Amino acid sequence: MSENGTSTPADAADAVFDDVRPAPGDERMWSARLRGAAVRALPPGKLMPDDQPSYVASWVYVFGVLTLAAFVVILVSGAVLILRGPSWWHVSSTGLFFNSIHLWSVELFFFFMVLHLWGKFFMAAWRGNRALTWMTGVLSFAMSIGAAFTGYLSQQNFDSQWISTQAKDGLNSVGVGAFFNVLNFGQMLLWHVLLLPVAVAAIVGLHLLMVRHRGVVRPLPARQGRPGRHRVTDRGAETAAGPTPAVPTPVGADGGDR
Amino acid sequence: MLAALVDLSHTGHYLHWGFIQLSVANAIVILLMVIVFVVAIAVPFRPGKGHR
Amino acid sequence: MSAAGVRTLSEASRQPDDSPWDGPKIRYDLVKEFTIALVVIALLAVVLAAVFSSPDDRPVTIRQWAHADPGDFLATAVTELDGSSDTAGYGPPYNAWAPGEGQKIFPLAIQRWVGVHIPVNTTDDFVLSPLRLAAASDPRLHAAVTRYTTATPAQQASWTTAYTDAVAHVSFQGSTPVLRPGRYGPVASMMTGLLGMARTGGLDAVLLASPQFYGTDYSKPLLFIADGGYMAAKAGAQHLSGDQWGMMNETGNFPGQAWLWLYTMWYQVKPFSTSANADSLVWALMMLLTLGLLLLPFIPGLRSIPRVVPVYRLIWRDHYRRLAAEQQSLAAGAPRAP
Repeated sequence: MSENGTSTPADAADAVFDDVRPAPGDERMWSARLRGAAVRALPPGKLMPDDQPSYVASWVYVFGVLTLAAFVVILVSGAVLILRGPSWWHVSSTGLFFNSIHLWSVELFFFFMVLHLWGKFFMAAWRGNRALTWMTGVLSFAMSIGAAFTGYLSQQNFDSQWISTQAKDGLNSVGVGAFFNVLNFGQMLLWHVLLLPVAVAAIVGLHLLMVRHRGVVRPLPARQGRPGRHRVTDRGAETAAGPTPAVPTPVGADGGDR
Repeated sequence: MLAALVDLSHTGHYLHWGFIQLSVANAIVILLMVIVFVVAIAVPFRPGKGHR
Repeated sequence: MSAAGVRTLSEASRQPDDSPWDGPKIRYDLVKEFTIALVVIALLAVVLAAVFSSPDDRPVTIRQWAHADPGDFLATAVTELDGSSDTAGYGPPYNAWAPGEGQKIFPLAIQRWVGVHIPVNTTDDFVLSPLRLAAASDPRLHAAVTRYTTATPAQQASWTTAYTDAVAHVSFQGSTPVLRPGRYGPVASMMTGLLGMARTGGLDAVLLASPQFYGTDYSKPLLFIADGGYMAAKAGAQHLSGDQWGMMNETGNFPGQAWLWLYTMWYQVKPFSTSANADSLVWALMMLLTLGLLLLPFIPGLRSIPRVVPVYRLIWRDHYRRLAAEQQSLAAGAPRAP
């Protein structure tokens, strides 16, 4: 709904799916049940909304989408590197250019991801049943570090020689190195171009779906209760005038007409 | 294609404070992160601008 | 609640954190926002790539090492022969565990439990097998290798110990190593033979060779090179060593991996900087801290930091201002419901 209460096309689309249940006789069909569950969790209007709560009004909110955009550039530049194989960038200036795009988009990726993490931390964005959103975010961070690590190992230059011979000690000390051999270029390259990007994309995808499903977390109360009271609502907003009057005035309207 | 306009291949420069050693490049990245974060919080965000 | 189903800001703000927002909304085009972000990031990445390019320091080869620092090569090669090198005494996953080997996390010797999965026998793999190949066309080298392999372990050890002591002061006449007089047995000519092979690139080739023609595993040549001081010296010159916060750094003046700052920091401080178990301890600690970050929503105290450090007041100042304005206008006398 927009501010003056009129419906957006997203609302109309949602109405069709308000009651998605399997047809009579199809209750035990897995397809019907999965479809129903998916559409109930994320009707189109919620999956791709036209509006956001009025408190989504800070540049801090763009760090997530910038991280996602950087991820896309990483994937595309990486795909170009795959086209001509892992030795290409050592012998071609075009290859080196695409390797550079890949490297700098990784720097941008972590740059904005950490800013996104700082922002979400200071917003306590795990409130209101959003713990899983926070956790998928942290998992994305951890898996991305793994993906970047295998990328550095795949360079086939001095840097990768050094990183691999150093990193092996940490991994060997906890038994992982016996199965994940950082000195094995073929193994590391495959982890880097397939397994880890797919894992990162899957966790990021889950993270995004969770954000859409729960919505963007509300602001913390203007005045705080004791720490730990996580279901505190905005008691600070209650006034001496008592309960809310029946005719509210939408505040901060930007026009609101369609 | 293009060779690097700024050649970063020479010996790195490092900053030292006590037990902390930080490359100038990394220090710049971290400084930029802090600056961008502060700017993002400080600069007003006007919804609807450019979205209409 | 208004007739159109939209609560006021004040009403909506009083709802629990897990309820859907039914207060005022703003038009927000997510797809357009993503598209703009994509264009901005792509342009930024292209510009950075064009201006700064990316590092590509050439890899070290055994051949290079043998030419640049033959003394270090010889000193390393003899330890591979007598099993005193880092790789030879590493334990799992490269070779069988012996007392004193491997790292532990307090009582947990995970490295030992996992066992040998990447077998490396430095005596054979790094020295004797390559020498036998070279000896196929060099009868004197063949004789030296045979003399060594048929000697008793005690005799072998006496030769290699003497050689190890002497090679620390080796000099070169042209390309021939010159040692002070001593009882080195066949070891001196074996090491000279290996050096010669290394200088041609033959040792790189032999160590890289795979029994099935195709290979992608560089374990053997890398372990050999890493046992020496040449690659470590090059890395140290680039601030890549573990005690130089090296994990965060990149060759040259390029930015590295700033996000690894906490991982590498532990190696700079006691007790990790002086511990033989540093790697396993740092790993365990970082896994714990990562778990802490993952489970932050459930950790009392830590999860309350955002409420105490009021960055949120800046982020949502617009919202609080409008909330306060709405409260003021209501208090100023909006009509009440009958």
